[in-house]
Amino acid sequence: MASILRLRKLYYVEPAVKCSSVRFESLDESPKIDQKLGKKEEDVICANSLALEVKNKRKQAKEWRCMDSCCWIIGCLCTTWWLLLLLFHCWPVTLLRAPELPGPGVRLKREGLMALHPVVLVPGIVTGGLELWEGRSCADGLFRKRLWGGSFTEIFKRPLCLLEHLSLHYGTGLDPPGIRVRAVPGLVAADYFAPGYFVWAVLIENLAKIGYEGKNLHMAAYDWRLSFQNTEIRDHSLTRLKSKIELMYITNGYKKVVVVPHSMGAIYFLHFLKWVETPPPMGGGGGPGWCAKHIKATMNIGPTFLGVPKAVSNLFSAEGKDASYIRAMVPGVFDSEILGLQTFEHVMRMSRTWDSIVSLLPKGGDPIWGNMDSSPEEGHVCDFSKKSHSQTSLSDNNVNNSDVKRGFQVKGLAKYGRIISFGKAASVLHSSKLPTVDSKEFSQTSTSQNLNISCGEVWTEYDEMSRQNIQNAAADKAYTSTTLLDLLRLVAPKMMRRAEAHFSHGIADNLDDPKYNHYKYWSNPLEMKLPNAPDMEIYCLYGVGIPTERSYVYKLSPNSRCKSIPYQIDSSLSGEDNSCLRGGVYFADGDESVPVLSAGFMCAKGWRGRTRFNPSGIATHIREYRHKPPTSLLEGRGIESGAHVDIMGNSALIEDILRVAAGATGDEIGGDRIYSDILRMAERINL
Amino acid sequence: MSLLRRRKPINESSDSKPLLEKEGEEHHEEDHDEDEDDGNGKNKKTPSKIKKKPPPQSKWSCLDTCCWFIGCICITWWLLLFLYNAMPASFPQYVTEAITGPLPDPPGVKLKKEGLEAKHPVVFVPGIVTGGLELWEGRECAEGLFRKRLWGGTFGEVYKRPLCWVEHMSLDNETGLDPCGIRVRPVSGLVAADYFAPGYFVWAVLIANLARIGYEEKTMYMAAYDWRLSFQNTEVRDQTLSRIKSNIELMVATNGGRKVVVIPHSMGVLYFLHFMKWVEAPAPMGGGGGPDWCSKHIKAVVNIGGPFLGVPKAIAGLFSAEAKDIAVARALAPGFLDNDIFQLQTLQHVMRMSRTWDSTMSMIPRGGDTIWGGLDWSPEEGYSCSKKREEDDTQITDQAGAENAVCKARSANYGRIISFGKDVAEAPSSDIERIDFRGAIKGLSAANTTCRDVWTEYHDMGFAGIKAVAEYKTYTAESIVDLLHFVAPKMMARGTAHFSYGIADNLDDPKYKHYKYWSNPLETTLPNAPDMEIFSLYGVGLPTERAYVYKLSPHAECSIPFKIDTSADDEDTCLRDGVYSVDGDETVPVLSAGFMCAKGWRGKTRFNPSGIRTYIREYNHSPPANLLEGRGTLSGAHVDIMGNFALIEDVIRIVAGASGEELGGDQIHSNIRNWSEKINLQLEETQVYSSR
Repeated sequence: MASILRLRKLYYVEPAVKCSSVRFESLDESPKIDQKLGKKEEDVICANSLALEVKNKRKQAKEWRCMDSCCWIIGCLCTTWWLLLLLFHCWPVTLLRAPELPGPGVRLKREGLMALHPVVLVPGIVTGGLELWEGRSCADGLFRKRLWGGSFTEIFKRPLCLLEHLSLHYGTGLDPPGIRVRAVPGLVAADYFAPGYFVWAVLIENLAKIGYEGKNLHMAAYDWRLSFQNTEIRDHSLTRLKSKIELMYITNGYKKVVVVPHSMGAIYFLHFLKWVETPPPMGGGGGPGWCAKHIKATMNIGPTFLGVPKAVSNLFSAEGKDASYIRAMVPGVFDSEILGLQTFEHVMRMSRTWDSIVSLLPKGGDPIWGNMDSSPEEGHVCDFSKKSHSQTSLSDNNVNNSDVKRGFQVKGLAKYGRIISFGKAASVLHSSKLPTVDSKEFSQTSTSQNLNISCGEVWTEYDEMSRQNIQNAAADKAYTSTTLLDLLRLVAPKMMRRAEAHFSHGIADNLDDPKYNHYKYWSNPLEMKLPNAPDMEIYCLYGVGIPTERSYVYKLSPNSRCKSIPYQIDSSLSGEDNSCLRGGVYFADGDESVPVLSAGFMCAKGWRGRTRFNPSGIATHIREYRHKPPTSLLEGRGIESGAHVDIMGNSALIEDILRVAAGATGDEIGGDRIYSDILRMAERINL
Repeated sequence: MSLLRRRKPINESSDSKPLLEKEGEEHHEEDHDEDEDDGNGKNKKTPSKIKKKPPPQSKWSCLDTCCWFIGCICITWWLLLFLYNAMPASFPQYVTEAITGPLPDPPGVKLKKEGLEAKHPVVFVPGIVTGGLELWEGRECAEGLFRKRLWGGTFGEVYKRPLCWVEHMSLDNETGLDPCGIRVRPVSGLVAADYFAPGYFVWAVLIANLARIGYEEKTMYMAAYDWRLSFQNTEVRDQTLSRIKSNIELMVATNGGRKVVVIPHSMGVLYFLHFMKWVEAPAPMGGGGGPDWCSKHIKAVVNIGGPFLGVPKAIAGLFSAEAKDIAVARALAPGFLDNDIFQLQTLQHVMRMSRTWDSTMSMIPRGGDTIWGGLDWSPEEGYSCSKKREEDDTQITDQAGAENAVCKARSANYGRIISFGKDVAEAPSSDIERIDFRGAIKGLSAANTTCRDVWTEYHDMGFAGIKAVAEYKTYTAESIVDLLHFVAPKMMARGTAHFSYGIADNLDDPKYKHYKYWSNPLETTLPNAPDMEIFSLYGVGLPTERAYVYKLSPHAECSIPFKIDTSADDEDTCLRDGVYSVDGDETVPVLSAGFMCAKGWRGKTRFNPSGIRTYIREYNHSPPANLLEGRGTLSGAHVDIMGNFALIEDVIRIVAGASGEELGGDQIHSNIRNWSEKINLQLEETQVYSSR
């Protein structure tokens, strides 16, 4: 390589020398000589500035000058750049940093806090890194390189190869044959998602300030694509976590562990709590006192206890709010048939092989998420202009009487219960005016019509649906969270069959029913009992004050003859100022991903006190953090953010975690701290 | 761009050019700017401007040429970079194959075709130096390095803030643990030691090959530990031994009760010996695993390049902070490393740092004169460097005797590990007049205060002490330990609390229950695990440091008073640059790596009461044929052997379930059998008793 490089350099030096000499002699008389300087190489590079000068009469001279200037400019830029780079590197580290407040770790250390309880971090979906252990030939040279997380350069280099490797087997939800992609272990798994984009790094750094290190800090990395029980079956992730917790408990002087799950990690850890106390063939065999003995507190950050509506749109049409905006702005780039991109189809196909997304579908059905005409959040006033809710509107809405409401405020009210509606009309009309949804009518009359053979080889289950069924499903209907599951079963029967062996989305009538011993109920807080651990504490820490996707208005895709996703969010729809409808999406309060309802309900009501879901009366605490956007660009992602991931850098949240890890109880850090309507919403839910 | 413009005139005004020309230049520059900014609009004016211009020479100044030139280079560079990135990943391999012919399949691929599959979980135990260390808490000067690697990786910080780095890498001088306010911890996971520096593999090749037959994170575990600490301290500070125990138990449990195969490398070998004793010892001092823990959990220990009996290199490192490489560098550029003007004092800093590391003391040669030879004999005597090549290929056992007779007169006295002066190293023992240094009084050096803040214990010795050391002339393995006690009393006091270098007379003595004996194979018994197997895999055919010729440093006042006499050379006796070398893998002599498996543990001995089977697998070193091969697939060097295909194949067969016999038993190229015979070590318990 080096020798080739040298050759190339020589090759370039030569013309350089030539030009300079030529320049001296020839400017006045002979442009011919200039021609010698074959512009073949620089052609491309100069093309831009060249274009301006083509018209000029003295063509050769001009070209020559262009090449000059180009090289000259680039040379100057490079030199300056290197100079600056050198300065930057020689710069004392301390000078670069703006004088900033000491982080919570330093502050608390001065207060005398010390590492006490070992800490286990449980990352959520998407944020954990995945690396390749065995792959097809297209993934040569990527052994033990990150496919997910890190710089994602491979996505641009070989996108199809990457999609293939990140997908799981459609039938089993496990590895496809010949491909092994595994979770990155250790703290590096999720400290940074991409370079510079922290997830856990800030928290880890602050924990280290008060004395945490490898022996009392553990990242329970797992393959977030798999269903929770499958992480145990394939990787023994749950057994490893159990053994790690036991080890840390013993080596740190019999101090119980503080667990900090984030996002989907919260329900993963719920699953773990049940698994570890269940006898061996299905569970970990830790015995009934395991949690009481080993766990001091679970501090759920932005937990998705009851699911997130975002997962619906993801599974249904592979788009979120952001994607649908882009789609509206540049139609045809993503779906361009000419380029053969079919981005959405690829993404959908991949994400539908991930069982874990199904775990995020809204749980609890209509009693939690609302039915056709009412929802716990109704009356929420979206204020995109960042004003806080006025107290008056709240009290108005509080009059939970449907006919009064219809009388005077019905226009502005979003019907959040209808998580998917087709057409704006379906999203606002009263339920009696809508056609009833009957899942029976979705009987698959004609299975495979195979219109789409010519449409590329991207296979999604939509290909197997007949056109008739697609339209039937859409026709001016609205779906609540219960009927939504039927809809998904219709559009993706195989995926739902696979995933529903691992997850359940209902509400238990009788928790003593022996069927609830099955692992598929373990991650649903409404179908499992918390372990018998009266000294344990459960925290719900989450951000509020950011509009969060709550329900969607859909339409049929226009060119659906050759498209395999027949639905898309109707992003043209926006309500007036006070409405929560924006770009086809109704918003509610939350942390941008998880609505308050999902994050807070279990702590606010479902587990509060001694309930049937919490028979031993584990103490629950809600800590909300109001979102404040960073004031300047310099602040990066802010230290007061409430957004789903950015909250991990929120100083107040970090302080709470540090205090608990250093031994404080929930009451000592101030008990509940509530800004949102969660208590009111929780009251409306009738369980 | 604005900055650029500001800079340029300043530069040019510094040139001593006539004013007129300078004006012209500036004119020309304006021209440029206009062209760049709005080329289109100015197009028609330019020709006339060109005519107006002063003589063309001035237009193309040196600076412009420079910029132009740099621009060209940059463009080429980017172009190449782009090409490189756009290049298919298999291209380098293709080129290599085109030049050297098709490469053999890596052993993982080959054995997968044979049908081998992952069976036993694998535990890697990295050696000294190769494991990464990262910062968890530091002084102010290390700001921004949180969780960055201080050791391993690119070592960028060593150049940026060397003193800060030395401070953080050092341990506390008294306790051998963290200094106040500094926490440097081992990197965990496979990344800890897969690559030492970018591109310099340690375990990566082995890991990649194991992955081919189905291994992954859940069946592989890197037992990373802080290699600076003494072995017991890793447990005291980080609970590393407990973690290893828990992880092995977990892997056995989750892999259907299949025992683990442990693969220690270099010092990891001693660390794992320590672990095996620790895990079965009762709780306060040990891990409390009970007497059959090892036989329940371990199938085989596959030691790679294990310095069971220590390495002479460690002595040079502790004594004068130099090894062969440094000594040569020192000879080539005298005064650079020790330059007082630059206040570098590199070696002193290095020495101060490495002397705080207890682990280096675990590598001091063990077994004393019995193993390493006395003044007049050594097990390796008669070894000839120049003949080595032919010997290796033919069968050696017969030759060795004859060779012994021939070379007797001119053979190196390997037993004398340190000699002062070449003549001393060669003279018969009766001719050496030695004055015992042990009682010598250490005078306080007057110059002590002027030596700035670099503290090494030599400053406490004074001239008298230094002279006494040199007067003793020559040291064997046993007196070396005394010597080190003399020159570095504090360090050795710390070290001897954790390590021991003797040979046990009676292994049942209750004192051997103390952890300081656990890592010395001559003072411990192997665990009671008759089904276990112990392999010793190491490279041979490379000259390896074995004994040193020292001299006093000329300027002994402010620096290390001793250094290797690089001028001493002797072809016949393997003396080169002041170092006597012998067969080995460049770091560990064959004797140290092979003796225990060849004799000390072979069969049922008192060190191996349950008769654990031992196997020796030697790999002859052959250097890579060309540069493209990198570090070669046939190397026998201490670290490079981890990429040796034959070794990897053996390892894979073992982890896939093969026993030592199925592998082919011993594979010996060196003289290890002969040399072991010469060592007179009591191996049977009864003999010990009868001799008392």
